[in-house]
Amino acid sequence: MTRGSCKLSTALIASLCALLGGCEGAQSMFTPMALEAERIVFLFFVMLGGAAAIFIFVFVCLWLACRGPDGARRRLGSETLVFRLGLLFPIVLLSVLLLWGFRLLGLASGSGAEPGLVVRVEGEQWWWRVTYVRADGSLVESANELRLPIETEVLLELTTADVLHSFWIPAWAGKVDMIPGRTNQLRLRLSATGVVQGQCAEYCGGAHALMGLYGEAMEPADFDAWLAREAGDAIASSEADGRAAFLASGCGACHRVRGEDAPGRDGPDLTHIGSRYSVGAGVLQNGVDALEQWIARHPVLKPDNRMPPFDFLTNAEREAIARYLASLE
Amino acid sequence: MERMLPNPEPRPADEEAQLLKIWATPTGWRWPTAVNNTVIGLLYIGAALAFFVLAGILALVMRTQLALPDSDLVTQDFYNQLFTTHGTTMMFLFAVPAMEALGVMLLPQMLAARDLPFPRLSAFAVWAYIVGGSVFFSTIFYDLAPSGGWFMNPPLTLTEFSPGDNADFWLLGIGFIEISAIAGAIEIIVGVLRTRPPGMTLGRMPIFAWAMLVFAGMIVVAFPAVILATMLLELERAFDWPFFSAALGGDALLWQHLFWFFGHPEVYIIFLPAAGLVSMIVPTIARTPLIGYPLIVVALVATGFFSFGLWVHHMFTTGIPALSLSFFSAASMAVAIPSGIQVFSWIATLAAGKRIGKLSVPGLFVFGMLAIFVMGGLTGVMVAMVPFDWQAHDSYFIVAHLHYVLIGGMVFPLFGTFYYWAPMVSRKLLSPTLGKWCFWLMFIGMHMTFLPMHVTGLAGMPRRIWTYSEATGWGPLNLLSTGGSYLIAAGVAVFLVDLLRNFRFGRGGPENPWGAGTLEWLPNDVYSTRSIPLIDSREPLWDRPELADEVRAGHHFLPNAPTGGRETLVTSPIDAVPQYVIQMPGPGWAHVLAAVFTAACFLLLTVKVVVPALVCAVLAIVSVLVWTWELDKGPDAGPVDVGGGYRLPVYLTGPDGHGWWAMVILMLVAGSLFVAWIFSYLYLWTVSPEVWPGALPEWSTAALSALLLASSVPAAMLARRSLAPRASRNALTPLWIALSVALLVGGLVVEGLGQWQHGADPTRNAHDAMVYMALVLDGELAFAVAIMGAYVIARHYAGKLDRVRCASLENTQLLLYYTAAQSLLGLLLVHGFPRLL
Repeated sequence: MTRGSCKLSTALIASLCALLGGCEGAQSMFTPMALEAERIVFLFFVMLGGAAAIFIFVFVCLWLACRGPDGARRRLGSETLVFRLGLLFPIVLLSVLLLWGFRLLGLASGSGAEPGLVVRVEGEQWWWRVTYVRADGSLVESANELRLPIETEVLLELTTADVLHSFWIPAWAGKVDMIPGRTNQLRLRLSATGVVQGQCAEYCGGAHALMGLYGEAMEPADFDAWLAREAGDAIASSEADGRAAFLASGCGACHRVRGEDAPGRDGPDLTHIGSRYSVGAGVLQNGVDALEQWIARHPVLKPDNRMPPFDFLTNAEREAIARYLASLE
Repeated sequence: MERMLPNPEPRPADEEAQLLKIWATPTGWRWPTAVNNTVIGLLYIGAALAFFVLAGILALVMRTQLALPDSDLVTQDFYNQLFTTHGTTMMFLFAVPAMEALGVMLLPQMLAARDLPFPRLSAFAVWAYIVGGSVFFSTIFYDLAPSGGWFMNPPLTLTEFSPGDNADFWLLGIGFIEISAIAGAIEIIVGVLRTRPPGMTLGRMPIFAWAMLVFAGMIVVAFPAVILATMLLELERAFDWPFFSAALGGDALLWQHLFWFFGHPEVYIIFLPAAGLVSMIVPTIARTPLIGYPLIVVALVATGFFSFGLWVHHMFTTGIPALSLSFFSAASMAVAIPSGIQVFSWIATLAAGKRIGKLSVPGLFVFGMLAIFVMGGLTGVMVAMVPFDWQAHDSYFIVAHLHYVLIGGMVFPLFGTFYYWAPMVSRKLLSPTLGKWCFWLMFIGMHMTFLPMHVTGLAGMPRRIWTYSEATGWGPLNLLSTGGSYLIAAGVAVFLVDLLRNFRFGRGGPENPWGAGTLEWLPNDVYSTRSIPLIDSREPLWDRPELADEVRAGHHFLPNAPTGGRETLVTSPIDAVPQYVIQMPGPGWAHVLAAVFTAACFLLLTVKVVVPALVCAVLAIVSVLVWTWELDKGPDAGPVDVGGGYRLPVYLTGPDGHGWWAMVILMLVAGSLFVAWIFSYLYLWTVSPEVWPGALPEWSTAALSALLLASSVPAAMLARRSLAPRASRNALTPLWIALSVALLVGGLVVEGLGQWQHGADPTRNAHDAMVYMALVLDGELAFAVAIMGAYVIARHYAGKLDRVRCASLENTQLLLYYTAAQSLLGLLLVHGFPRLL
């Protein structure tokens, strides 16, 4: 398939989606931002058109069989018809479709080129641990969002720390499961910048519905700059009260803030949480208020999540911690 | 040409009264003892319908929760229980039982048999299903329902992530449906192949009988895979045998392979009988025989075969190699072809027949089924395209697809069936007016609910989420779906009202109200048809209009009860030539108690009350033995004259006997289970070869075990040889029986001890767990053989065992041979395979 037909299909899709509403969201398959995802949308619309044509054809036959003129009924009412329309027609049609499917499968397995970037994404109940592997082999850990450079061959290594999860950002690619004891791979080459959303697609118990993920496709230069910042330790925050409360309340037992005495690895790394899109793996839009809400009400906002309740914090302490975290850009 | 009637002479006047007395349904407090297929079938369908309504109510609660974004009508955990219970109930407690129920209800009537060949077995299956199913479903009311999704993927369902009893209740619920499905499959296969009326060759069978034959065959092959899966999961949950834990060499994907090897054929297990029913209704609507009967039969069988090659299409996103993806993608598309054949056969039949005027209610449901099922089939082809499936998988697109296939492929035909066949067992027809309301509400509601879901799914909404934020934009589509679901519910409610107002169980309804051509529309009563007709075409009622009167006057086969008890005619499997008369059991308590105690045993085990559970297990076994004690009746009441010059025996052992057939089918079930174990053993080896041991127990223990197992076979043969002539006893017989059982059990004990002494520990790694699993499978069978051996010895001392009356011994022998063979094969794999590495 050529780029041209993809662009055409994208235009077609845009107009169809305008009719349907709801499917232009940040988590929709209908707003593809990678070649792979565009091919799938095109495939879908071709199949949809074919399916509609076949459906109409079957019901025209049925109408003719019941209400048509005698001649048509005579021709329809024979075993030859069953043979031709019920057996030969599907065989020919499905064979063509299948060959196209094989070709797409071949394309999806990638060019085999050395990836320009490797990122490890690990599913955990109920959030995502994201680790960037830099060219020098050093690792940069983040959580619940994935930033990638466009026009770069990216290899995602997908694993799980506990049960089955499935990595799915519809605008970028189809989903790939995360399975204990295995490392699944997903190759991506993004074509357009922008922020999109994804969600765990394999039921993983409890808060499965609240295991969201943000994705941002960036210009390669912007990405490099961002990753360099992300690799650094936490900034020296001016929120001294919040920092003290954070460290004193034991947050660091589970959350790591690089450069501070907060070495925990069980929960998401918070070194640069202030610059993230969301709190609680997509539950709230990030901000001081959201962070405070999360600390105060996370068992309600995201039932069953593994963070213990912090009921003993005073309002002032909570507020201070929230301000401190928001400052960690 | 004038045809000779089998019994041309007028029949004695009191004969029908005798039949009525013998086949009378028990009333009052004895009603649960009934075994007649119409009574049991109705109970079965009623229970399945009740579960359909209950699971539908759960769906309404879910839809109400999802109607608006950020809703908190139900809690997260309760929602997770809701969708698990909804799916499990619909698949296991509604769809499969409903189809088995229709088999129990309709097959004997279509075959003009007096009953199915093992009436108490169906009754046992029904009661076990009702008790077990009710308890399973009730867990939703006290927060004990499973919450792992209807396919219960580990590791989520292992004790570490699901510590409560909830998951065990799922395994329990499935345990029951496994038992009753397999009992039903045996019943249906033997019924279809051996109790057809004389002259009904395979080529003259009603399509529904073909569909049920394929259905039952698929159950025999497919269900054992899920039986093994549930056993493995329960063993890992209860005793830490690591089949699914990656850290100890297990693999979470093993569950998915086993589950979907069952789970995909399951869809066709549900669809094929429904398609068979449509193939029965369409010719009646068109007043002409089905066009393409042979093609449809081939299509049914082909669907059965293909459906076993598709299971991986539920695993396209698990990261399996592209080559397997291509194979399973092709197979998934191929399975659309047999459905195409059926759809165009129905269209051709409608074109070839008389022009139809206004559509009857069954006709409406058939047309509705066509619309919905064709759409579901087309989206099925879409998701068979692997790249598209990567997006659609586990999203609401799949929710839409599966409901189109299952509601179109099963629920609509079922409702059509209710309206079409109700007059067979009800004094009144169901109301055409209410029927139309029911249809249109369900049809419009169906599309309104599920059509938008295709879009919701591709717009990014995954399945099994209890809430979503407004920012996703999924709100309006979800609201539309919720509205539609209430329309479906209204349609079902109209149907229930219709049932209450018009369904009255009993005979005397309008005879053949639709003018159909098949035998279930012959005049009938509790004894089924007055005499069993001689058949020479596929639509005997159309080709011989006088048949109904002849049958009613008793001019066909077996117009009486020559042995004085319940009986039916057994014919040869291909050409349906009369062979013998089965003496069948009547009402009784033993099989009901067996069902209740089996249910109680499983339940108590689930909540880990071990001692009372064991007591119930013993009581269940005793009940089964009491139930079977009077089955092996012997040849004394025969031979009898059934008409047409046939003087038939009333007792037969060996490959012509119906008991032999049932035992062979049971062995096929056990064989499928064992093949699933072999697959699992080798599969885990490919995943984790590092836990396969270098050192194994010495050859000598395995050789001793093999020697003992192998020698149990000649010992069992000698037991049979030693039988004394008719009505006498040989004191050596019980010794040979005991020896053969002891050798079999001894062989397994030697292997078990050998493994244990060598240091094999089932909790250590997946290899050792698999080794002991073979012993579990062999041991279960050996336990059954031991009980049967004791039972046969008891029959010997009771004077009920001799060279002729030996069906009990024969069945024990068959199972012993099978167990020995399976155990030997297991030894060969466990001791031989690692030595090849």
